[in-house]
Amino acid sequence: MVEQDIVVEDRAATRKGARALPSGRWAKNAWRLSVLPLLAFFLIPIVVIFTRTTPSRILASLSDPQVYQGLAVSLKTTLISLGLILVLGTPLAYLIGRFKFKLKNLVETLVDLPTVLPPSVAGLALLLAFGRTGPIGSVLSHWGVTLAFTPAAVVMAQIFIASPYYIRSASIGFGSIEDEYMQAAELDGAGPWQLFRYIILPMARYALLSGGVMSWARALGEFGATIMFAGNFLGRTQTMPLAIYLGFESNLEAALTLSVILVGISCCSLILIRIITSRMSSKLE
Amino acid sequence: MRSRFGFVVFLVLALIASACTPQGSPAPTAVPLTELTATSTPEPTATVAPIPTAIAMHPPAITLNVFAASSLTGAFGDIGKAFEARYPWVTITFNFAGSQALATQINSAAPADVFASANNSQMEVVTKAGRIDTSVPKPFVNNRLVAIYPRANPANIQTLQDLAKPGLKLILADKTVPVGAYALKYLDNAARDASLGANYKTDVLKNVVSYELDVKSVLTKVELGEADAGIVYTTDAATDTTSQTGQLAIPDALNVIAVYPIAVVKDSPNLSMAQAFVDYVLSVDGQAILTRYGFIPIQ
Repeated sequence: MVEQDIVVEDRAATRKGARALPSGRWAKNAWRLSVLPLLAFFLIPIVVIFTRTTPSRILASLSDPQVYQGLAVSLKTTLISLGLILVLGTPLAYLIGRFKFKLKNLVETLVDLPTVLPPSVAGLALLLAFGRTGPIGSVLSHWGVTLAFTPAAVVMAQIFIASPYYIRSASIGFGSIEDEYMQAAELDGAGPWQLFRYIILPMARYALLSGGVMSWARALGEFGATIMFAGNFLGRTQTMPLAIYLGFESNLEAALTLSVILVGISCCSLILIRIITSRMSSKLE
Repeated sequence: MRSRFGFVVFLVLALIASACTPQGSPAPTAVPLTELTATSTPEPTATVAPIPTAIAMHPPAITLNVFAASSLTGAFGDIGKAFEARYPWVTITFNFAGSQALATQINSAAPADVFASANNSQMEVVTKAGRIDTSVPKPFVNNRLVAIYPRANPANIQTLQDLAKPGLKLILADKTVPVGAYALKYLDNAARDASLGANYKTDVLKNVVSYELDVKSVLTKVELGEADAGIVYTTDAATDTTSQTGQLAIPDALNVIAVYPIAVVKDSPNLSMAQAFVDYVLSVDGQAILTRYGFIPIQ
């Protein structure tokens, strides 16, 4: 008898709860408000950059050497870096993505190392290795090749810092290709280059593209390793981030303009990656 | 099982608690305040600022934030230790960087009590923005420039004229860094010298491979042998005790006398101790420490 009473009372309580559903739903979803602080923390600084300058001032400052030289050096070096990353990184990504071998853990750790290493440490290491008093650099300087303080050093610093992003993404893309397709193509007589061009590349293209965009954006923002290894010289090794850092102290207009440009490029890169990856996932469905 | 588990938990908590409680904060040995004014230098009449009686009565612990040019790293480190020994309730935190970086930070409301710049331009950047009154900065020390080269002297630099040799790798500091601005002034002076010639400045600037963001970077890259030569302060060259670099003196007639101003920041929460620090730097003891590091004391 007592149990029945309790059951009846419980039903009444749920009926009461059903009537009070609006507050119940609020209580269930209130936690979502806690995401606002972090989102605002990301959004506000980025928006403020755009509010501190006007489009006309941006256009006017484009003729400032610190702005257009910084842009030119950055674009030139990052495009060369991207090319080298794609050419040199693809075989490595393919190896990591599709094969098991004895030293695989070591290789993967080595490839991930530049992302965890502080960039200034990377720059110092590059200078000590490839500077003219370093083991590699001294040999090169014998043959008249200097690396430190040249655009080549900028490219090397960018490749060191940015290639892991491409290699990781590409290796996942390569690894996701089903063996059956490869075997079927080989049965049909495809050689290694045909295999790569008609099967592997198309099937992994979204991973390769998004990895490439990611590593290019990272190379564009590279600062610590660059200033250590390549130094700072307007028009030769002064990249956009370096120009912004210097501009902050002496030429605020240039710094603001370059910041707007860099934020714009970063946003576009991320949107591009989203489009690519959403195409990739929709293809899988 | 439960009691054993409870015992382990208790042990862990006890360990954590013992690690967290301050292990008897190092109480300074009771020294009568009068003895604190005694200095270690053998000067019989040390003109040292006396401790105001107001702060002689068990003052609360405070931290002073001193922003100083990177060329002052060694000297101010010693000055800071001496100051903390005299005023045990004060802890000094130094921020050493290029003066242009410090000026920017101060104008961005960084917490600073004292600013010691390597040139008047960067001090003016701060006085113009208002955090230091225009009348407050005082010169406290001078410095001079010197040309340096790596110990091995790969470019065989013997005279100042060699800095204009084609193909030389020269490192200077950026023109916004005081030592970089001073170096450009030296080149202007040199261009008026008959023995160096009117093209000296352009030829030397053609040899620059990098404009660094502070003087220590110039020194390090020359020490590493990555460049053939650099221009730094005589005080920086003096810090190289292991002889990684050689020095090429710049004659006084062409040299630039760098003037370092120091000032208390207007809104410092510890105005009296900040002023005491500035006074110490300007005192005989402070100037002695600076001279030890190769600076030229203010007359």
